[in-house]
Amino acid sequence: MEYRTVLTTCTYCGCGCGFYLEVLDGRVVGTIPCKTNPVSEGKLCVKGWNVHEFIHSPKRLTQPLLRKDGALTPVSWDEALDFTAKRMREIKEANGSDSVAFLASAKVTNEENYLIQKFARAAVGTNNVDHCARL
Amino acid sequence: MVEKVKARVQELLASGKVKGFIGLRELHGHIGPYLFTDGGDLDGFVIGDRKAAGDTRYPLNTQLIMISRQYPEETLGVLVRGCDERGLKTLFNTNQLKPEKVVSVGIACPQELADVCECMKPFPEEFVAGEASEARPFGSVERIESIEIGERLKVWLGEFAKCIKCYGCRNICPMCYCPECTLEAKDFQAVGSIASENPIFHLTRALHMAGRCIDCGLCSEACPADIPLRTLYKKIADIVDLEFQYRPGYQDSKGKMSPNVLGEAAKH
Repeated sequence: MEYRTVLTTCTYCGCGCGFYLEVLDGRVVGTIPCKTNPVSEGKLCVKGWNVHEFIHSPKRLTQPLLRKDGALTPVSWDEALDFTAKRMREIKEANGSDSVAFLASAKVTNEENYLIQKFARAAVGTNNVDHCARL
Repeated sequence: MVEKVKARVQELLASGKVKGFIGLRELHGHIGPYLFTDGGDLDGFVIGDRKAAGDTRYPLNTQLIMISRQYPEETLGVLVRGCDERGLKTLFNTNQLKPEKVVSVGIACPQELADVCECMKPFPEEFVAGEASEARPFGSVERIESIEIGERLKVWLGEFAKCIKCYGCRNICPMCYCPECTLEAKDFQAVGSIASENPIFHLTRALHMAGRCIDCGLCSEACPADIPLRTLYKKIADIVDLEFQYRPGYQDSKGKMSPNVLGEAAKH
């Protein structure tokens, strides 16, 4: 018998609501809004309330996929990143820096979002930066 | 106060009377539900009074039901206030929990909390800490009923219009145990569409609270739109009591319904 509550932050948008994920014998089974969270104060939206449901979904991507001969094929992170870097460089050289855009995410940390915009501006040379949390 | 509760929990776990105890734990400055399984390790054990009395209450009976369903042979302990105990009695009545598999450890709520809650019984029948505070009448119901009825309807419709359909009131409710909820049943609610309109959504839930709501107030606390749900369900409880002489959790210690539970309505 192992029941744990794990304090974490909602991944659905940029608000940063806090909740406990309920873990019963190694499976995430529920969400409880955290009353002491200064942002959400024990309240959640319908997405936050159901955030535990995707965790064990068989439809989740668990590794990088690369389309080879028209079919998505599992590949290593190294292969996926090498391929992405190579194509991005080719596109940039052929069409200019502004032919590339970066879409950041509410599901990552501030620091990771800082890194992606820094990479976009400093490494690739574009201000085409947007994010998924246009609420 | 918390030391007395901890001592009791430690004794229950050490003696093997309970396999685990569902209570509250403070970790890294936050308070949430926790299953204590080792009497020697009750670090962070709290009773849910952080900045004000009872400001970090959680529906512990919900966790109790979930773990009990997974481990039906085990006896579990749970921290209860007056409202939680009313919940337990009603859950025993409706066969959601087995009384012989639950050991509750009670705490009495201070008067300030009983006042805020307008609680009719702010203490469980037995408690190891705190002192029995005085019951308070449902002032919030009286206040809203003093408004002229046409205006009152406008007030309620205005409240319901704020709803963002998060289902938080349903989700946080320790008495909402139905495997399928009317508020999302396929016969009533098309998959992928927005939940049923106001005020049907709220009135459906209110009616389903009849004979079930134990007035813990967690729904109001979980509502992002501050809809006074507790006041609505208090009124429902008053109506059920008037018509059926039944108020969930207030009956005798065995949790039996009063024999005239169907009241005058049965004669109609």
